[in-house]
Amino acid sequence: MIHSLFLVNASGDIFLEKHWKSVVSRSVCDYFFEAQERATEPENVPPVISTPHHYLISVLRHRIYFVAVIQSEVPPLFVIEFLHRVVDTFQDYFGVCTEAAIKDNVVVVYELLEEMLDNGFPLATESNILKELIKPPTILRTMVNTITGSTNVGEQLPTGQLSVVPWRRTGVKYTNNEAYFDVVEEIDAIIDKSGSTITAEIQGVIDACVKLTGMPDLTLSFMNPRLLDDVSFHPCVRFKRWEAERILSFIPPDGNFRLLSYHVSSQNLVAIPVYVKHNITFREGSSQGRFDLTLGPKQTMGKAVEAVLVSSQLPRGVLNANLNPSQGTYTFDPVTKLLTWDVGKINPQKLPSLKGTMSLQAGASKPDENPTINIQLKIQQMAISGLKVNRLDMYGEKYKPFKGIKYMTKAGKSVSSYLFEFLFI
Amino acid sequence: MLDSNKDALKLEAMKRIVAMIARGKNASDLFPAVVKNVACKNIEVKKLVYVYLVRYAEEQQDLALLSISTFQRGLKDPNQLIRASALRVLSSIRVTIIVPIMMLAIKEAASDMSPYVRKTAAHAIPKLYSLDPEQKDQLIEVIEKLLADKTTLVAGSVVMAFEEVCPERIDLIHKNYRKLCNLLIDVEEWGQVVIINMLTRYARTQFLNPNINEGGGGDKTFYCSDEDEDEDEEKEKQPYVMDPDHRLLLRNTKPLLQSRNAAVVMAVAQLYFHLAPKAEVGVIAKALVRLLRKICQFISIILNNFLFRLLQGMFEPYLKSFYIRSTDPTQIKILKLEVLTNLANETNISTILREFQTYIKSMDKDFVAATIQAIGRCATNIGEVRDTCLNGLVQLLSNRDELVVAESVVVIKKLLQMQPEKHSDIIKHMAKLTDNIQVPMARASILWLIGEYCEHVPKIAPDVLRKMAKSFTNEEDIVKLQIINLAAKLYLTNSKQTKLLTQYVLNLAKYDQNYDIRDRARFIRQLIVPTEKSGALSKYAKKLFLALKPAPVLESPFKDRDHFQLGSLSHLLNAKAGGYQELPDWPESAPDPSVRNVEVKESVRAVGTVTYRDTGAPRAQQTEGSRGCSFPRAVEQSSEDDRKRDRKIKEQKSNSESESDEDSESESSQSESSDTESEVEVKKKKKVRHPDVSFQTIAPSSALKNYELLHRITGEGLSVEYCFSRQAFSPDANMVAVQMHFTNNATSDTKNLHIEDVKLQSGMRVKEFAEIELLPAGEATTAVMGVDFCDSTQAANFQLCTHTRKFFVSIQPPVGELMRPVFLTENEFKKEQSQLMGMNEISENLTLDAKCRNEHAIVQRVTTAANLSRVPCGSDKECRFAGKTVTSGSLVLATVATKDEGAAQLTVNCEKMVIGTMLVKDLLLALTQ
Repeated sequence: MIHSLFLVNASGDIFLEKHWKSVVSRSVCDYFFEAQERATEPENVPPVISTPHHYLISVLRHRIYFVAVIQSEVPPLFVIEFLHRVVDTFQDYFGVCTEAAIKDNVVVVYELLEEMLDNGFPLATESNILKELIKPPTILRTMVNTITGSTNVGEQLPTGQLSVVPWRRTGVKYTNNEAYFDVVEEIDAIIDKSGSTITAEIQGVIDACVKLTGMPDLTLSFMNPRLLDDVSFHPCVRFKRWEAERILSFIPPDGNFRLLSYHVSSQNLVAIPVYVKHNITFREGSSQGRFDLTLGPKQTMGKAVEAVLVSSQLPRGVLNANLNPSQGTYTFDPVTKLLTWDVGKINPQKLPSLKGTMSLQAGASKPDENPTINIQLKIQQMAISGLKVNRLDMYGEKYKPFKGIKYMTKAGKSVSSYLFEFLFI
Repeated sequence: MLDSNKDALKLEAMKRIVAMIARGKNASDLFPAVVKNVACKNIEVKKLVYVYLVRYAEEQQDLALLSISTFQRGLKDPNQLIRASALRVLSSIRVTIIVPIMMLAIKEAASDMSPYVRKTAAHAIPKLYSLDPEQKDQLIEVIEKLLADKTTLVAGSVVMAFEEVCPERIDLIHKNYRKLCNLLIDVEEWGQVVIINMLTRYARTQFLNPNINEGGGGDKTFYCSDEDEDEDEEKEKQPYVMDPDHRLLLRNTKPLLQSRNAAVVMAVAQLYFHLAPKAEVGVIAKALVRLLRKICQFISIILNNFLFRLLQGMFEPYLKSFYIRSTDPTQIKILKLEVLTNLANETNISTILREFQTYIKSMDKDFVAATIQAIGRCATNIGEVRDTCLNGLVQLLSNRDELVVAESVVVIKKLLQMQPEKHSDIIKHMAKLTDNIQVPMARASILWLIGEYCEHVPKIAPDVLRKMAKSFTNEEDIVKLQIINLAAKLYLTNSKQTKLLTQYVLNLAKYDQNYDIRDRARFIRQLIVPTEKSGALSKYAKKLFLALKPAPVLESPFKDRDHFQLGSLSHLLNAKAGGYQELPDWPESAPDPSVRNVEVKESVRAVGTVTYRDTGAPRAQQTEGSRGCSFPRAVEQSSEDDRKRDRKIKEQKSNSESESDEDSESESSQSESSDTESEVEVKKKKKVRHPDVSFQTIAPSSALKNYELLHRITGEGLSVEYCFSRQAFSPDANMVAVQMHFTNNATSDTKNLHIEDVKLQSGMRVKEFAEIELLPAGEATTAVMGVDFCDSTQAANFQLCTHTRKFFVSIQPPVGELMRPVFLTENEFKKEQSQLMGMNEISENLTLDAKCRNEHAIVQRVTTAANLSRVPCGSDKECRFAGKTVTSGSLVLATVATKDEGAAQLTVNCEKMVIGTMLVKDLLLALTQ
């Protein structure tokens, strides 16, 4: 399956290589660099490159390319999903997944890769098991290790491999038993010039942080499970219970994990939490253009809209913009023509606005492209779809855990449209 | 440092060496020094030495042999982790001399007690195979042995080994097929992908094509080759019955569509696509659209593109998911455009076109060009909008951006070719554009158009040629060629006006730098200008040049990928990758299904060992009874499952504490014993289960009691029986479904069977069955009617009419049929019970019937008497049941607490006291008799 893995940084250096079968020369990456050069943007590098003897499958995360070399037929999504899992594991271990972090912990990285793949086939990818095999580095442990010369590697057997619940290790103990669930929703919407919504969808996830002793068996039920249109689960969730009763029943892994990701059906009308009033005009023959933008909250059930960030790609003809924000700060990059306005919190009494003029290239005709406007925002304490957790029960253990649940609405990856687009991130 | 006595120093040294390896620097000089440390006690040093060994052993074979004895010792270690890692490293050292040692080690490990070691053995098989393919026969034996393994841990790895070593030995799968299907859901994600792909291939060789009856239809049979088609027609007469094993596979993979792992979802999707009947393929749409939202967007779009086209209808609801965002990278934008074009049809084309219009204003020029092409494709595919598209494109001609204009011209040219007569004004318009447009491709297109349809624009064409002749020398090659073409065509149609011009152009071309142009000029001159020699050909010149050209078909670049297995690397690249296994065609007749039969005991055990995800399910899958006892069933009650799991977990704990393998063995023996229990349960269950209960029924299975409605003597040959089918009555949820079974024992036909003159207590309602028009003599039929009894046991009276007679009949429900089961958890049950105390609680002491002293018999009897469902319960002295009355939805809770020597207490809590009292009576009767 996976033959070798090369890690390539943004400047095109291979800074780590690992081979699971016989050694593949790093010159194979030349094909990758060729493709990288051809691509205008880093994201545009084709994920699968075919070379005379090998196939290169690459993933770009945190400005590092993870290039896997394979030799024979294998489902490409299999490799990609695995590479993402590798990145997630690194992130889990080192907090960040940067070139520096990987270089600092090169030995741990190597041990991890060794455990995750055997002969190119995934062996152990659950972070609970990996953590038992290889302890994540912490400052304290590094210090203790250097003093005492003890090791990073678990000397005991990874018992999880043998249990019925491979994602949970045995013998977990906590003094404070806590279970936190974060319901995070993202809206993706495209809104046209007149303000009507072209498409809007809500993607949500429930991230959990469970620190419970022993082998708890949790059930989580929703007030309105019908909202959830399409769901995908962590392997710990029992399908049958969900199908029959719409209840999430599971033995949780220890620590942080993504319990569920869902999609709210588009039949339900999605309320966009903000509106935008805009007036961007260019006059024919003159080198001036007017720019006027006002934001306002809408349907937020009294919750404050925070961390609002507006960005707009202005037409190429714009030389500079001279604007005046009523709150926050704005920047305009004359090279990329990207205007960003950091609004902050929206105060419903005093709506934030950005007004001013743009200077255009002298003599150039009026730009005929329409700038798009992307908006990013955050609303605490509210899930925009209205999803509510009903209750959380625990079986199998005697103690009373502390339970917490948090809702948040965020930006989606994108909202774009005709003339104006709103991007919530 | 490696020679030092201190572990810390060694460790430090090894870390530096590993860092060197990671950076790709050569560290092979240190081999002798490192190899010495393989026997080091420190686990971390050992691990790093292993890393080093695996990397360099191939280069220094002789020295590597020094380490072998350490591994051999490691293989006998009591700790399974050490055994496993020794095997891993041993098999990773690619040194040919040790092949026999490896073979021995693998064989030994394959029968190891620890599943973890067995898994490692499975991993080692392909390694050995790649080192020495001659060992294949022996390795197949090991694979066969491991395939029979019943732990989820091993399953994925051994199937992977199977795929790499002997994918052609499909016969090895037969015996394990059902087990693999049942284990699938609990196998780790990566194993799932491999198993699903393998099972797809297997199913294609073993089962019949479920779409066989549609084979001759419009959709060209993707599945069958031509020879099959003749066969199909014969088969069409006999209805297709799906092999239950085929069904099992489809059913067990379906939940995996909700996996978080994109590869698993894709694998299931391709399985459904290749194996499922057409009607069922739809379920994958939602999951595939979800894949698109994930990070691996790009690949999934390409892979699915073919699907999108094929299954248009399925994806239509998700059209908007493919709308393009300005933040998408260009690649993805273009792919999405492709999908939108594929999804376009008469109904949604207007929305799509409107969306396209906005894309044209985008700043990304490549994308704009792609959009215009997409519009062209839409226009070709959907005749209705052709004119609209054309008009839109013509408007684009006045766009300021040259690229847009050029692209539109090219597309317009293609569109016009389809129906040139109507659009001479567009051609005129384009002729005017030649002055402004500079993009060569566009100019060439315009000239070609004018030449081709010069008859439609007789006045303008010569004028254009005149202008072009003037600028001939400055044009690009492609434009020059078209000018020559235009000149030739005009010469043929309108030689009076253009003779001189043509001569001039040809002369210019004669001295061009490009030999193509010179050749073309020479060729055309010979052809069209009549001379003595070429007389024969020039007669046909007109036919040659003005022949009707077929309109081009605008096609997607993603066509013709369909011969590869969906979702495979080969499919993505559209080229066969090494090791790609062709998906076989469906067999013409089904191979013997009995090869998959296994003895009962084994299959039941397989289910018993590991079904995490099935536990906690109110009812694990039940399968059609037709296969007899060979079918694995997981029909244990959920609470028992829970308990079993708890027990296992406890064992697990003790396991980890003592860290010895004896425990894990005792675990497996224990679970075996519990499995034998479950086997007994299965047998018991089977006796009771009505053969007609389909697997969809959620209600606890129990024998349905038949009541007589009309005796055949009173009914003059017509006899009617009825039973309460315990299924939801779909037209009205508040009604109880009554299934009636009509038998005509008379010698003449009965006609127009229907219900009349319904006499009911106030509040009651009846939903009659549809009139049965004809019941021939000796035949039988069934019908379902719904009765709302208003939660009372009052009878529903009505007349049953035939075309000759009327019979007064009545249906009286036992109280147990007035409720439907609800699923509660133990806590919910307790909470509800505590709210139904006092007057609402009725309890009775009783002595259980001698045959009914175990938990099972109690559950059976209660669920037979009343339509209640079991509530999981911690203690085995109590059985709890819950249900709701059908009309008012009041809760009915029943508890049977057993005491010593058959004594028991029955408690019923119900808001409706009458129902409660009657239910107590019925249950008492059921439990004591």
